[in-house]
Amino acid sequence: MSQGPVAPAPGRGVDLSRLERMPDPEPDEAVALQEVWREVAPESRRGRRDLLLPALQALQRARGWVSYPALAAVCRELGVPLADAYGVAAFYALLRTEPGPRHIVHLCDDVACMRRGADRLAARLRERLGPPLHGPEHGGLRGLPGSARLSGAHGDGASPGAAASVGWAFSPCLGQCDRAPAALAGDEVWGELTPEGLEAGLRDLEAAGHPEGARGEPDGAAAEAPLLAGGSPGVPGPRAGCMGEATPLLLERVLSGGATTLDAYLARGGYQALRRARELGPGGAMAEVERARLLGRGGAAFPSSRKWAAVAREPGPRYVVCNADESEPGTFKDRVLLELDPFAVLEGMTIAAFATGAERGWIYVRGEYPDAYRSIRRAVEEARARGYLGHHLLGADWSFDVEVRRGAGAYVCGEETALFNSIEGLRGEPRARPPFPTQRGLFGRPTVIHNVETLASVVPILLRGGKWYGALGTARSAGTKLVSVSGDVAVPGLYEVPFGTPIRAILEELAGGAPGGRRIQAVLCGGAAGTFLFPEELDTPLAFETLQAIGGTVGSGALVVLDETADLWEVAERIARFFKEESCGQCVPCRVGTRRQWELVRAIRRQGGRVDGALRALFDDLARVMRDSSICGLGQLAPNALASLVRR
Amino acid sequence: MRLTIDGHPVEGPPGSTILEAARSVGVPIPTVCYHETLEPIGACRVCVVEVEGARTLVPACQRRVEEGMVVRTDTERVRANRRMVVELLESSADTRLAPEIGRLASELGADPGRWASLQHEKPLPARGPKLDNELYVREPDRCILCYRCVKACGEQVQNTFAIAVAGRGYEARIDPGFDLPLPDSACVFCGNCVAVCPTEALTFRTQWEMRRDGAWDESRQRTVTTVCPYCGVGCQLQLTVQDNRIVKVTAPVDDPTTRGYLCIKGRFGWQYVHAGLQTAPEALPKAQTDARRTA
Ligand code: SF4
Ligand code: SF4
Ligand code: SF4
Ligand code: FES
Ligand code: FES
Repeated sequence: MSQGPVAPAPGRGVDLSRLERMPDPEPDEAVALQEVWREVAPESRRGRRDLLLPALQALQRARGWVSYPALAAVCRELGVPLADAYGVAAFYALLRTEPGPRHIVHLCDDVACMRRGADRLAARLRERLGPPLHGPEHGGLRGLPGSARLSGAHGDGASPGAAASVGWAFSPCLGQCDRAPAALAGDEVWGELTPEGLEAGLRDLEAAGHPEGARGEPDGAAAEAPLLAGGSPGVPGPRAGCMGEATPLLLERVLSGGATTLDAYLARGGYQALRRARELGPGGAMAEVERARLLGRGGAAFPSSRKWAAVAREPGPRYVVCNADESEPGTFKDRVLLELDPFAVLEGMTIAAFATGAERGWIYVRGEYPDAYRSIRRAVEEARARGYLGHHLLGADWSFDVEVRRGAGAYVCGEETALFNSIEGLRGEPRARPPFPTQRGLFGRPTVIHNVETLASVVPILLRGGKWYGALGTARSAGTKLVSVSGDVAVPGLYEVPFGTPIRAILEELAGGAPGGRRIQAVLCGGAAGTFLFPEELDTPLAFETLQAIGGTVGSGALVVLDETADLWEVAERIARFFKEESCGQCVPCRVGTRRQWELVRAIRRQGGRVDGALRALFDDLARVMRDSSICGLGQLAPNALASLVRR
Repeated sequence: MRLTIDGHPVEGPPGSTILEAARSVGVPIPTVCYHETLEPIGACRVCVVEVEGARTLVPACQRRVEEGMVVRTDTERVRANRRMVVELLESSADTRLAPEIGRLASELGADPGRWASLQHEKPLPARGPKLDNELYVREPDRCILCYRCVKACGEQVQNTFAIAVAGRGYEARIDPGFDLPLPDSACVFCGNCVAVCPTEALTFRTQWEMRRDGAWDESRQRTVTTVCPYCGVGCQLQLTVQDNRIVKVTAPVDDPTTRGYLCIKGRFGWQYVHAGLQTAPEALPKAQTDARRTA
């Protein structure tokens, strides 16, 4: 956070006189803000709009919501208009702008957790804490502004909701599907949660009171504590496995317990790939990636080397961004890599920076991944301290440093241009393209942006050579793929397979098939933005071209298994609600379309899953306009899973 | 840049948009969020067209022309998309005071009623008009979230940044921050957001009250062009007059000085014409006394 981006100063010239008259924030808020301001000299804070989100997060941690006086103080410091800052705060699901309980338990009721008993936990929470702060019964509304919040400017105790210290809300997938059902409480993850475990957790929260749970802040001293294999205490470590001769490539260190310190990483061949890249030179390193035919693993499957070449052609400064905002329901691969093999991600990123002549990097970790955040932050600090990042790293005549940022609960921020806006302190709304990120990305500079898995794949490519890597997999899908398997399977976990492995083999040989000898009814392949695959389609090899041929997608590589006891329309409704809640709201086809789509699925369910002609016509028209006219992938892909079910 | 639009060869300067190129050869493309004085917003998607080689449709108001581009504005795909966008707009907001949207709906054969059958779900609670000041009224139920007011209030015109989009998805809304009443926000009451609002979600208080009372009658209105008396800028004003009383003040969008934008004095400082200067200042809304004092 110490480095100021070479950014325009949007705050200049804004009249903040009204804000000057606001009362000062409360002491706890002031302390929280000091933490954020500390590293930036007072005179250079004006215009550092990129500090807005970290400041909001600090306030959220300090008292459970962002108050008017505290937000006004942030605005004065950064020169951001109040309405703008509020618009940002009210965008993110993990930030609250109304007084309420000090702690919130976010219970995942997304597909995998739904299949593994989230409803029992919800019932327990309801019994214990009353109705959720938001959830399906509100049509998923997060609550339009009431009037309570301004009267008591400082809120605590002023509104009925503030009386309880713990509240709860339903959450979209937390990326812990291998440990479903899961919940997130502050910066603690609760996995494989039982009603008893939940009760214990609630009691801890209630006892801890103000300000933090026993684990403390990820930014503070707790960040120094050694990482357990599972991240949070009491959470089982990930189950993982692999298939095929070439594997494990990406999971090599994960499978043997992880390498979370630099020494552990170096002892296991760490930073040899960067060394190799430097021998080859920027052009040579890029050529290896080209030979490897590496396609982006975030969902869009764009050739990585083309991004590199495009950015290298643009004038500097150039940036590299690691997209660790993994939020696709059913997907947890990036989380496991960040938690257990963070240096591999960092090394891949450093190689990308070297090849493209980039000088700075950002890692944007989704807000719901406290352990991944702690792990990658520690790795960055250690790498910097030991000369693997920073000025003239490893004696090179080039410098590269990395900053770690956190999201605050918004699936759409995984869209690359929305992610840039989020880092810049704007609402996480996707931008129009062109211009493309390679031309004008983060802070308007040419930017290479890659998913975590893509960057981690760069390391074995440099080590073993692009030609070797490119020979793995199928004609149009080279290399190996991480697959997150969850839902109704015996062994949910993270598996690495060469492209071309039949989906059925992954499900049966690695994940043990459906439990209790039940029959698989369908597999949600590629996440909420993917499609349902049905039993006769499960012999399809996992590859971009083969799945495309049957109207599916590799997407994020998530396989959520639904056995014969699942109600597919119930799953469909959860997916529709997901998109409705995650749409940024910028464009009409998605903002209104995702809402209508959810209503439509509810109507279909009222008819017992029968899709009559009228509903079919509505669905087809809706799907068409969302696909054709939405600004970004969220709206464009939102009808996919439902379409595969309606077709059925 | 040479391109073809519906088969017509068109020459468009680099940096110009498909919309501009199409209009230059008389090909009509409907727009809703686009406003000629603002940067393209790209939110409504009414202006989508087909561009050869593109996977999705593209917004004509925003996409810049490229050499050799082949654009189609009159295909079944384009029409179906526009019709759906209009249906979605009308199904989600009260657009009865947005004549442009109404015209488009009948032209495209849009039937928003189709969506009503689904609305067993609790719709958003009707929010009703916000009457927190004497000069203009906000009616969120009419808002289509075109972002025009936000852009006009912000860096593109007024540089005041009093309002922004808050929330997200279907519950996104225009908000001065914490749902503050406007007089407690940074608003300077220039009314420029009102000037660009296409749906009367923002409307002058006089107009809103006359509509409420059934007194607003466009057939009895005429426009008088004059010059603002307050300062040396000399903005051109358009007075809308009904029964010999001023009922609202706007400015012509094609006036290079104002581009349709005014300050509080020109926009709202006219009640004295009717009140007479005898009226004690205490009896006037605060903004107006300010205007008087300045004048
Ligand atoms: S498609 Fe949805 S998420 Fe994407 S820009 Fe439009 S409203 Fe936002
Ligand atoms: S208030 Fe009017 S101008 Fe502003 S977004 Fe809504 S419809 Fe558009
Ligand atoms: S509208 Fe405002 S700026 Fe324009 S002439 Fe009148 S007082 Fe001056
Ligand atoms: S963590 Fe609950 S579905 Fe992914
Ligand atoms: S007019 Fe082009 S997107 Fe609204």
